[in-house]
Amino acid sequence: MTNTLHRYSEHYAFERARNPKPVQDDYIVFAMASRGLNDDNLIEKYRTFLRLALKYNPVNIGDATKGGIFRPRQDMNPAAHWRRDQRPDPEQVIAGIEGHTTVAAVFGSYEAMMRFVEDVKAADLGISINISAPMDSARRCCQDTGIVPHSVEYSLGFRGSLDKLPEATILELSTMCGHGMVSANFAKKMVEWVKENRRSPDEAARYMARFCICGVFNISRAGRIIRDACHLKL
Amino acid sequence: MNIDPHKCVACGNCLPICPMGAIHVDPASSRATIDEDECVECFACFRGMSKEHLNPVMVRTIRAIAKFFRFRFDPEPDICPTDAIVPQELAWPRIVRRAFSDPQVPHESTGIHGRGTAEVKTNDVTNRVKNGEAGFVIEFGRPGVGARFRDIQQVTQALAELKVEFEKNNPVASLMSDSSRGLIREDILNEKILSAIVEIKARLEEVPGVLRKLRELSQESETVVSVGVSTRCDADGHDPLREILKREGYPTYRGKTNLGLGRVTRISPHPSLSPVGGEDKREGA
Repeated sequence: MTNTLHRYSEHYAFERARNPKPVQDDYIVFAMASRGLNDDNLIEKYRTFLRLALKYNPVNIGDATKGGIFRPRQDMNPAAHWRRDQRPDPEQVIAGIEGHTTVAAVFGSYEAMMRFVEDVKAADLGISINISAPMDSARRCCQDTGIVPHSVEYSLGFRGSLDKLPEATILELSTMCGHGMVSANFAKKMVEWVKENRRSPDEAARYMARFCICGVFNISRAGRIIRDACHLKL
Repeated sequence: MNIDPHKCVACGNCLPICPMGAIHVDPASSRATIDEDECVECFACFRGMSKEHLNPVMVRTIRAIAKFFRFRFDPEPDICPTDAIVPQELAWPRIVRRAFSDPQVPHESTGIHGRGTAEVKTNDVTNRVKNGEAGFVIEFGRPGVGARFRDIQQVTQALAELKVEFEKNNPVASLMSDSSRGLIREDILNEKILSAIVEIKARLEEVPGVLRKLRELSQESETVVSVGVSTRCDADGHDPLREILKREGYPTYRGKTNLGLGRVTRISPHPSLSPVGGEDKREGA
């Protein structure tokens, strides 16, 4: 699956923007083993990967079979409508790894991503490590860390019945879950709620993040997109 | 997916959650209802919503009083207050909907996990895409539009005419009745899914031709098509694909870079899992 490949930004606008703004707050690094080839001691390798990520304050981490740092709960209490536990739980992600999966860490700055990649290289886990980000940043990261990239995959954007897609802001939000679990209608509702001052941008971002089951939804970028759409300041 | 009418309180929280917009509140029954033909069995409503287990009669009474006084209660938007969403037992061919829509299940219909393969994400270990080759991932229905297999077949048939190589471990390929003609099993052609990926390989010099064909085919498509193209880098880390894509007028802003840090670490890998041409059937980021 190409879960993080097609995250929408101005660069993929259907009518090409003249000077699209660079995306500078969305960098994903993920790890994946190959069955029977390098999956020995796999749980420990994945846990090491995520623990290294925690040193650099990722905005989300995830296990593709269980979810990210914000997850839905099956045992909500009515008091949640007033006092919901909004604390992220990275330890739950790390402890929950049971075997073959993909683990990912999402960073809000190039510096954090680069320093993390440096650590992962030094840890020599032997599993495949990929950066999913603007290609210029990935190239720069390889140079800065002395890595020669092995393969690349480019997103060429969307084609076909584009009239069925929502507006750009909503696409930016909903495509942060490539599996399509964050619906465009829900993203639209969240933007509206922030406009009406019923929720803050960060609260709205957290609601959406709970639906992304591999933990690659960038909560801080979502907050920023909503703030921009609602003309709010940080 | 079903909504239990005995439990549903018509709060409407699940309506915007559905990626296909397949849920509405039926004014006649005052219960949320799912359009079965539009539902792709992605489980976003069932799994993604948090759940309370409140008494439906009590919740309906409170809602009725609030409605009478025109009070607006501002509940958490991602909670089903009465745990009313209930999965149903899926039979063939409907079961393929879930296999291609719910990212948390293996392909029950095909035995393969995920909507596609590991592509170049593990290329440093599997060497799936070799020097001089390009791997295409053509995804139908993403983002949030959905697709029917008949939409996909229109494209696979045309691609088959170009004599491209379909990735044989891909879930769509495994549902083809005749891959040389790009034909998909007839009994699933009307099934709607959240998205499906077709994977093909071509030589680098064939990339412009394949892209032109895809551009032409997507113009006639009933759904949205997203395309990714991959290749191996040379010894210096440069890739020849970027120039080709720029020349053809495609954006190359975002993508994935396999850092080449993976290697075979098992002392004796299973013979059927040789690194060259070996394959990992899982999906990932």
